[in-house]
This record gives sequence, C-alpha cells and structure tokens, in this order.
Amino acid sequence: MSLIHKTAAELGALIASGETSAVEVAQAHLDRIAAVEPQVNAFLHVDAETTLAQARRVDERLAAGEELGPLAGVPIAHKDVFTTTDMPTTAGSKILEGWRPPYDATVTRRLREAGLVILGKTNLDEFAMGSSTENSAYGVTRNPWDLSRIPGGSSGGSSAAVAAYEAPLSTGTDTGGSIRQPAAVTGIVGMKPTYGGSSRYGLIAFASSLDTPGPFARTVLDAALLHEAFSGHDAMDSTSIDAAVPRVAEAAREGDVAGLRIGVVKEFGGDGYQPGVLARFRETVELLESLGAKVVEVSCPSFTTALPAYYLIAPSECSSNLARFDAMRYGLRVGDDGTRSAEEVMALTRAQGFGPEVKRRIILGTYALSSGYYDAYYGQAQKVRTLIARDFEAAFHQVDVLVSPTTPTTAFPIGERADDPMAMYLADLCTIPTNLAGNAAISVPCGLADEDGLPVGLQIMAPVLGDDRCYRVGAAVERALTDRWGGGLLSKAPAL
Amino acid sequence: MSAITRDEVAHLARLSRLALSDEELDHFAAQLDVIIGAVARVAEVAADDIPPSSHALPLTNVYRPDEVRPGLTPEAALSGAPAVEENRFRVPRILGEEA
Repeated sequence: MSLIHKTAAELGALIASGETSAVEVAQAHLDRIAAVEPQVNAFLHVDAETTLAQARRVDERLAAGEELGPLAGVPIAHKDVFTTTDMPTTAGSKILEGWRPPYDATVTRRLREAGLVILGKTNLDEFAMGSSTENSAYGVTRNPWDLSRIPGGSSGGSSAAVAAYEAPLSTGTDTGGSIRQPAAVTGIVGMKPTYGGSSRYGLIAFASSLDTPGPFARTVLDAALLHEAFSGHDAMDSTSIDAAVPRVAEAAREGDVAGLRIGVVKEFGGDGYQPGVLARFRETVELLESLGAKVVEVSCPSFTTALPAYYLIAPSECSSNLARFDAMRYGLRVGDDGTRSAEEVMALTRAQGFGPEVKRRIILGTYALSSGYYDAYYGQAQKVRTLIARDFEAAFHQVDVLVSPTTPTTAFPIGERADDPMAMYLADLCTIPTNLAGNAAISVPCGLADEDGLPVGLQIMAPVLGDDRCYRVGAAVERALTDRWGGGLLSKAPAL
Repeated sequence: MSAITRDEVAHLARLSRLALSDEELDHFAAQLDVIIGAVARVAEVAADDIPPSSHALPLTNVYRPDEVRPGLTPEAALSGAPAVEENRFRVPRILGEEA
C-alpha cells in the first residue's frame, strides 16, 4: 500500500521504527497534492520547502532519541484560520491577504511540538462563516466524491484534503457544525471536542463562545490521536478547561458499546431530511443495537429552536469580533490617500475586504444587539441556549450518548444554495445544539445514500468532557461497517 | 410587513463601518428580511423565567498571575501594519480639520 493510503497511526509507527522517514512521507503527500489540487483545490497555501524543512527537523529529533509521541513525522493539513508564523494566514478573506502572523496559535505550536509536519493551509468559508466553502475569497473547494459538489464548510478544504488522500489528518474549527458537516459529506471522521477542551489562542475569532478547534481523519483512532496531540489546558485562553483531556485514544481502541445507553433524538428526522440519509441512519442505529447497546428514543424539544437562536448569537458575536479588522494595525487598507478620515478608510476597507456572507452576518449581529431589539433577539436567544443545555442535561440522565444524522442531506451541488442564506443555514440543523451547549460530538461515516451514492454521517453527541464516549461509539460503528464493506467508506470513492 | 427596511440596513451598515453600494443594500435588505423573519421564531419560546446563557462554561474572572512576561517586539507587532512611521502605526486623520 502506498504511503498516502496509510492511516496516521500506521505512518507514525513506520517513521518511529525507521522503516520510512518523515521526509519520505511528506514528499509522498506533496506529490499527491501536486497531482490532485488542480481538481480539488483544498489548499490556499502549500510550500514544499517549508514542509520538507519541518520533516527533516523531525527526522533529526527522532534520530537524537527525542520522545515525540505517536504522530511524530505524520503530515497534516492546517485550516487557514489558525495563525502560523511560517505560512500566510488569511481566514479565507481578502482583508487578510498575504498576512504573516507574528505568533503561532496554541494548536499550531502543539502540532509542531508533537512532531507533526504541516503541509499547508486549507481553504475555508471566509472567517469560517458558511457550510460549503463557497464563501472563501479564494475560490471553491470541490468534494472528492463528486467534483461538482461542495465539500461542506466551513472547514471544507480540510475535509477535502483528507478525503482526497492529500493528508492523513487535518485541523478544523466547529462553531455551528464546521467540522462535523464537512466530515459527513466527504465520508471521513470529524470531531467537535467539548468547548474549552482545545485552545482558541491564535484561532481567528468568529463567535468566541462557540468556536472549537478539532480533528479530521480517515479513521476514528487517527482523529483521537490528533485530538490528544493538540488538546488540553492553555493559560493563553481564558475559556480553556483546566482538566485532564478525556482518554479518547483508549476509547477509540476499545470501541465497545455493550450495555451503553444510546438515545435517538426524536426531533431530528422527517420533513426536509433526504430519505437515503434517514435509511443509513436507521440501519446504523440497528447495528449499534446488534452490538449490545440499549437504544431508546429521547425528546429534546428545544432543539427545534436551536437554529434561529444560533443565527442570532453567532452573528452578534461576529459583529463584535470582526470590529478588529479596522485597517489600522494589520491587513488590507483601502483609500488612504491623505484626504479621507480614519473612519472613511475603515468603512471602505471593510466594504472591499469582506465578502457578502460576512457583511450579512455583521449587519444581522449589529441589528440583534441594538437597543430596542436586544431583549427580543439576542436576550431571547440566550434563554433558548439555556433551554437547549437543559434538554441535553435531562437526556444525559437517561442515556450515555445521543445520536442523529449529522446533516439532513448529502453534499449539495456547488452554487445551489450560494445566494440563498436560509437554505445554506439548514445544513447545520443537527449540529448546532451541541455548539450552544458546549458539549462534545463526532461525525463518523455510516454509508452512502441510495439516491446519489454520496456519503452519510452519523452524529454521536456526549456530555461535556465525555469526548471519549464519542470515540468509543464511533469506533464500534467504524469497525462493524468496515468489516461489512471490506474496507473503509473511502474505498468506495471514485479515483481522482 | 417587512421585518427590516432598506433604511434600517443602511443605518446598521454605517454603524458597522461598511461602505455598501446601493446594489448591496438592495440585495442585503431583501435577504436580511427573510433571515430576520426566520430567526424571530425565538420569540415564540416561552422563556420568561429562564436565565440567559452567554456561555457554555461556568467560568468567571480567569486571570493569570500578575507578572511581567515577554510579549511581541515592536518589529513583530508592526510587521503586518499597512503603514508605519517612527516605530508606530501610521493611521489616517482621526479628527476633523478644525480640531
């Protein structure tokens, strides 16, 4: 088997034993990137020299006997919303074109410390706002399963890179589903850790009370290994949880669900859901039952108002966070001709530097926070947020995990929802409640929809700091389905 | 009745420091009207006695020890600036001519 088709765990073991080197593995992935990027366009920035220099350094550290952990020398694609001192960081926006950050994000720093080799920066919806990666200022990324379709978003470059074997691992951020939804529609694994379990330091902010870094991989174990590599308390993030990282790799290795209580969320399903998605979901629930889990239906009535609450809370936070793009300290500056005031330059720069979705959300958030509307919109949405957290709490008294389809539909065609914001927002219907409550959730592949032959994701939701349960159930599903299919879901994908 | 008017969108754009074109204002006003109509559904939830949550974690006042630590050098801090003068950010005028 070629190096690009191996899992991250396998590559780490081969590099540690000296059977191959970090440089050789990096080169194999750089070759793959060169071959398929014209079709996929997952990356905004690839720099072979910087990548190979990192790989050589890891080989030297290993040769010197340094203990680097199980992913030393494994390549990774890094979402272009984390700051990197040796590569540009744009957040998919023209307002940050060419920007070189003066410091590394904590996630970036921990990747480097664990010996991961960064292949480049991946495409995303501008400032992580979107569900298709069509909102990037730098062009669309294509789904490796069908190049006419979206790879999900906002972390669509990261999902596509892993699904196209350009990288065994990638990073993402999940504010309303931006890891789980792209993972689901590209047939890979994507995890949103417990809020505060992974650091936001150096992550360009969209909605600070929701933004959560997390891993993408082709297997549940690989995602768990990456999760452990960059998670844990960070003094640079005041919302970081000061507690041990849940033992996710151990749970992924065990993958045992016997006796586990699994709740099917009653509110997710029915109208608006693609029949093929619901069929694969129901089969997977039956599979879990056959593996010894106890399945019950659970009602979470507030989840039906999660979407409107999210589209008040997230834009409100974004309108405040994006005020920092003021054309004064970094990034684009437009119209500074000596006659215009700072305020005029600011308004011209922001009008030219931000794309339509970012502008819509800034205006919506400014509206929801304005006096006279604050109580009816932002205040009321915050109350709904409390109700959603209470629904989760009540559910987790009855069951160990909740399950649902990750997305209502499979990957939609590029352009189909591009100018219909409400249709686009529906892609995150099932993923948003977890962001509002701050708990953990994963998406794992559970088959292909009959109508279009495209991947379907199973979402597994666990309590705060119950991340290990997501991996335990995900690994059980993965093991049983891989046996049934005679390989992972990606083995059914058309060759690029 | 529309949820938001074009004039309101223009006002919000000014508050947000976004110099939008007339075409953008027309386009966004129509789209925001649909979006606000949809998100207004939160008002239907009976939540009078429910406390609001601004955040998922019960954390307050997280401080680090008050001790001096190295930060960015002036060169690093200015490295991405659109304009620099005398080791400072150079900005367009911020006061009126008569000030």
